Amino acid sequence: MATHALRRVFVWELPVRIYHWLNALAILALVATGLIIGNPPAIQTGGEAYDNFWFGWVRYIHFIAAYLFFFNFIFRIYWGFVGNKYADWKNFIPTSKAFFKEMWEVIRIDIFLARNKEHMAVGHNPLAGFIYFMTFIAFMVQVFTGFGLYAAMSQSFIAGLFAWVPAFFGGDFGLRQWHHIAMWFFILFAMVHVYLVFYHDYVEGRGEISSMGGGWKFIEEEAFEHDEKLHQEKAAKKRVKS
Amino acid sequence: MIQAPPTKTRPTYYEELQARGHSRRDFMKVCTSLAAYMGLEASGVAQIAKAMETKPRLPVIWLHFQECTCCSESFIRSSHPIVSDIILDQVSLDYTETLMAASGHAAEAAMHKTMEDYYGEYILCVEGSVPTGADGAYCCIGGKSAEQILQETAAGAKAIIAWGSCACNGCVQAAKPNPTHATPIHKLVSGKPIIKVPGCPPIGEVMAGVIVHVVTFGTLPELDGAGRPKAFYSKRVHDSCYRRPYYDAGMFVESFDDENAKKGYCLYKVGCKGPSTYNSCGIIKWNNGVSYPIQSGHGCIGCSEANFWDAGPFYRRMQSFPGFGIESNADEIGLMAAAATGVGIAAHAIGTNLRKSKLIDAHINEGKESEQEL
Repeated sequence: MATHALRRVFVWELPVRIYHWLNALAILALVATGLIIGNPPAIQTGGEAYDNFWFGWVRYIHFIAAYLFFFNFIFRIYWGFVGNKYADWKNFIPTSKAFFKEMWEVIRIDIFLARNKEHMAVGHNPLAGFIYFMTFIAFMVQVFTGFGLYAAMSQSFIAGLFAWVPAFFGGDFGLRQWHHIAMWFFILFAMVHVYLVFYHDYVEGRGEISSMGGGWKFIEEEAFEHDEKLHQEKAAKKRVKS
Repeated sequence: MIQAPPTKTRPTYYEELQARGHSRRDFMKVCTSLAAYMGLEASGVAQIAKAMETKPRLPVIWLHFQECTCCSESFIRSSHPIVSDIILDQVSLDYTETLMAASGHAAEAAMHKTMEDYYGEYILCVEGSVPTGADGAYCCIGGKSAEQILQETAAGAKAIIAWGSCACNGCVQAAKPNPTHATPIHKLVSGKPIIKVPGCPPIGEVMAGVIVHVVTFGTLPELDGAGRPKAFYSKRVHDSCYRRPYYDAGMFVESFDDENAKKGYCLYKVGCKGPSTYNSCGIIKWNNGVSYPIQSGHGCIGCSEANFWDAGPFYRRMQSFPGFGIESNADEIGLMAAAATGVGIAAHAIGTNLRKSKLIDAHINEGKESEQEL
């Protein structure tokens, strides 16, 4: 059995990793508190209302996490323009036919499980990138509906920016329903996301899980040689043409 | 800017009230209470009084379409009798099916006279939605369909006030499947300022406040994004609810016959729509400030919000989810989707081990080899 020489590639920069874990934390807090707000458990303490504020605290945590989520999201969009090539916005929004071609490759190999094949992607594979793009849209839905609901009870400037949203959705009823439904997208996404991270780590052995810790992935030497070959071929073709 | 017409010789509101035997003291009282409803400061009282004394009455045409007349009922019961006197009984109503003395051709003639004499000056109040289905056959008055009447009268109106949820969003008759195609006013009339005063019915004092604002200041009241006067619709019922402390404390009524209901805890879990409903029920209340639904132990049903009939059920917190049966809600659908996702993940995990076994074994062997060599 031939062993592979692996090369260390710095994929996820520190800001990307911080973004990832803040986002995970915020979403966890938002979903947990959101489920409680939608259907509060019957904790009966008796006594007087002024002795308690637990539901108020749950909502307070929800709002703080919402602000964290919002600014973190804005930061990530900014980083999509200044970060390294794995953080670039082009990983998420298809701009070429090759993007879709490779996406189909990923579906064939990783979703329909083509026999004993693995797909090589150092950063996001195109399918993952495109699904992250969908999550960004879900983020926006959640930000707009959430702050739209929040605008009525907040004096803050930021919430005030979303005061027009309820009228756009035909009132708070629709807004609340959409906000609640969109939450389930996050839950389903998290399930699949965590599973696939384990899947990639298990099938490909390139350090998928730990990459969000230290930022490193470990890529086979052949991949670099293969890439170099391609580059040389291209350059040769150009030379011939000129 | 709505200005009172200068040419016509119409009495002022104050003159009309004097003629009806109201004293100056009564007059000042009503000006004060209206200023309070409108949220004006103390100096606003004088402004209202002055406007009532000097401005000739505003001609008003009040139309009734597809509705139950509860808006009119609410209005004539607004707490101060002079309020209804001002607008309805005596002073300014030139045409309204419910309350006018004239009938038949005489009534129609009166309406047309107002429309001609005060073209571009009168205020059009519309109560009820307009059924546009079956060429308007569902609501005809005097041989014309509601839509025809609306378009004719709207053409010469200075501004339109949409009274009640019917005129603002269609209310119950626009609930799915909306067989008569009940349509709110703002979807049929364009190019005219429209004030929406939703509610089923709206609070009488709110209605009076809106009319008096138009009379006093000659302008439309400040409106929110949905076209409602901010003075009355900028806060949710929840924000002014006297049971709010129970909400923040997490003390909820679990069912209508439990101990918590007796103690007056928050009605959030038994379907109160106060947190999604913009109205001033908690402040102005109903029946001369006696009570309002939540105070009477029943959750708010959100009657001043668009589509409140379809946003049910009334007695559950979670809105039903369309297309999955009447009792399903977003959480039930979500749980089903999560279960399906879990099954999918399990199947995929098993499939991975079967289909990619050679690949995985190769990696493992390579790893073991490396382990030996180190």
